[in-house]
Amino acid sequence: MAYILIFITAIFVNNIVLSQFLGICPFLGVSKKVETAAGMGAAVAFVLTIATIVTYLIQKYVLEAFQLEYLQTIAFILVIASLVQMVEIILKKVSPALYQALGVFLPLITTNCCILGVAILVANGTYASYNVEPSLLTGVVYAFSTALGFGLAMIVFAGIREQLSMVNIPKGMQGMAIALVTAGLLAMAFMGFSGVDGGLRQLFGI
Amino acid sequence: MKKLKSTLPNMAIVLTLISVLAGGILAYVNSVTKGPIAQLKEKNLADGIKAVLNAQDLKVQDSKTLDAGDVLYITDKGTAVKTITNGFGGALTVLVGFDNDGNIQGYQVLEHAETPGLGAKAGDWFQKDAKGDIIGKNPGEKELTVSKDGGDVDAITASTITSRAFLLAINNAYKSFKNAEVAAPAIEEKTVSAEPATEETTNE
Amino acid sequence: MSNFKVFMNGLVKENPTFVLLLGMCPTLGTTSSAFNGMSMGLATTAVLVFSNIIISLIKNVIPDMVRIPSFIVVIASLVTILQMVLQAYVPTVYESLGLFIPLIVVNCIILGRAEAFAAKNSAVSSLFDGLGMGLGFTWALTLLGATREFLGTGKIFDFTIFPEEYGMLLFVLAPGAFIALGYLLAIVNKIRKA
Repeated sequence: MAYILIFITAIFVNNIVLSQFLGICPFLGVSKKVETAAGMGAAVAFVLTIATIVTYLIQKYVLEAFQLEYLQTIAFILVIASLVQMVEIILKKVSPALYQALGVFLPLITTNCCILGVAILVANGTYASYNVEPSLLTGVVYAFSTALGFGLAMIVFAGIREQLSMVNIPKGMQGMAIALVTAGLLAMAFMGFSGVDGGLRQLFGI
Repeated sequence: MKKLKSTLPNMAIVLTLISVLAGGILAYVNSVTKGPIAQLKEKNLADGIKAVLNAQDLKVQDSKTLDAGDVLYITDKGTAVKTITNGFGGALTVLVGFDNDGNIQGYQVLEHAETPGLGAKAGDWFQKDAKGDIIGKNPGEKELTVSKDGGDVDAITASTITSRAFLLAINNAYKSFKNAEVAAPAIEEKTVSAEPATEETTNE
Repeated sequence: MSNFKVFMNGLVKENPTFVLLLGMCPTLGTTSSAFNGMSMGLATTAVLVFSNIIISLIKNVIPDMVRIPSFIVVIASLVTILQMVLQAYVPTVYESLGLFIPLIVVNCIILGRAEAFAAKNSAVSSLFDGLGMGLGFTWALTLLGATREFLGTGKIFDFTIFPEEYGMLLFVLAPGAFIALGYLLAIVNKIRKA
């Protein structure tokens, strides 16, 4: 039950883009078409899940084992950067079709702060509420749900922007200004989910 | 100076050098800042205990962690209890101070994820002379509840859930305080056993 | 280009927030008040200035193919130093910025300036570029923070202007960040075109 709670909370209640402000750059940058938005969402889901597992293991068995916690940031960003490269190379060899779909987005992902952000949150165990014990499994569930939340926000936002491109917008508001206001309205809609996690917690008896 | 060529040994040497240098500098800065960071944490806790017990100087005699996760800090001026409940937006950590009779001396919200401007007001709302004043009340005489639930504490405007969670935390802290007193009466016993002895001497 | 021009370039002409639209995550995430926005801006400025200087000094000993990883190591080390120093000596800032301090590493402005400016110019002009870009980022964040704080709680830098009860709380919350930045951007666009 705790996993369902983490799943729903990460997607809707604490949406990574609309309430935590991580991964804004791709959210604003590649959301003009639903297709590219979905591609970016899938690439993030893929990399985020793998990166979380790898960085969690590094945190537990290297950094904490040798008391090198202060190297966290530097170790994580290097791991993520090389991981993205590796995924790109492997994907090219193993599944050219998948590479075709995700390839263009992979280089952009290294500087997507939601990857490093989620990796740090999971490694420090600050993502779960206090009565859910942080572990590798809950961390992975959290990372994957977060990525789904990112994908959902991307796709919905891209859908709105596709419609927006067909209407007349006042001159000053054109481009990023109207996109930001739209994102604000979307964030407002997602605020409607706040408190849902509390209700679920009562329902599940956690 | 001419730019180094991208040959394999060059690249390996440069990357290793930079990494080792960075690691060394970080280790040094870490060793310098480690002390102050640890001190700060201790000082924060000590200041918190002083603030919630309303005392300028006090001695922490004992601290223990209970099964429920509450932490008790027993001092010569009363007991401070750190407790966690679920608020509206996530965990709500409160430090509450009780005197020996169980009257609330003060409280501090240590960590919270409540909505800014609404539930986040809990830090001030229940303080002395504020709208939801709980200072001086004793949860043992009557459990603290918001007026909506038939109690006599005014809830934060538009934040009943946070208020309920906060009062639950206070009530839980009181229970931990009482349970610990029953479970470990070591300090109490000494004073009790000392009393009859003095009585005997006066009788004679 | 003179150093003054380099400095003004980041401050106004190529302002990282309003013109280049870089570093949006901290821009939106840390501007719930003017003070928080300013702290984030200054923290980023510190990292940016030092990373620009160091990278322009070592640019000749770094082979091209390992350029990016080397830059990342330099930036990540600077960020970690900043994180430890803030935690030890300015804990209130450390707590209010939280996760966004380590995330300065992935702020595109820093790697972007290292690539586009510091790797090609002298240490002195890199210093001015870092200062200009950093302070440009800082004033943008402070302005956004002040706007949100004013509309949301009636205060600027904790100085009360109208009673809190009349504030539009929305602006302190997540949606307000997007909306406030959207309208500020529209105003800046208007001024730039005029």
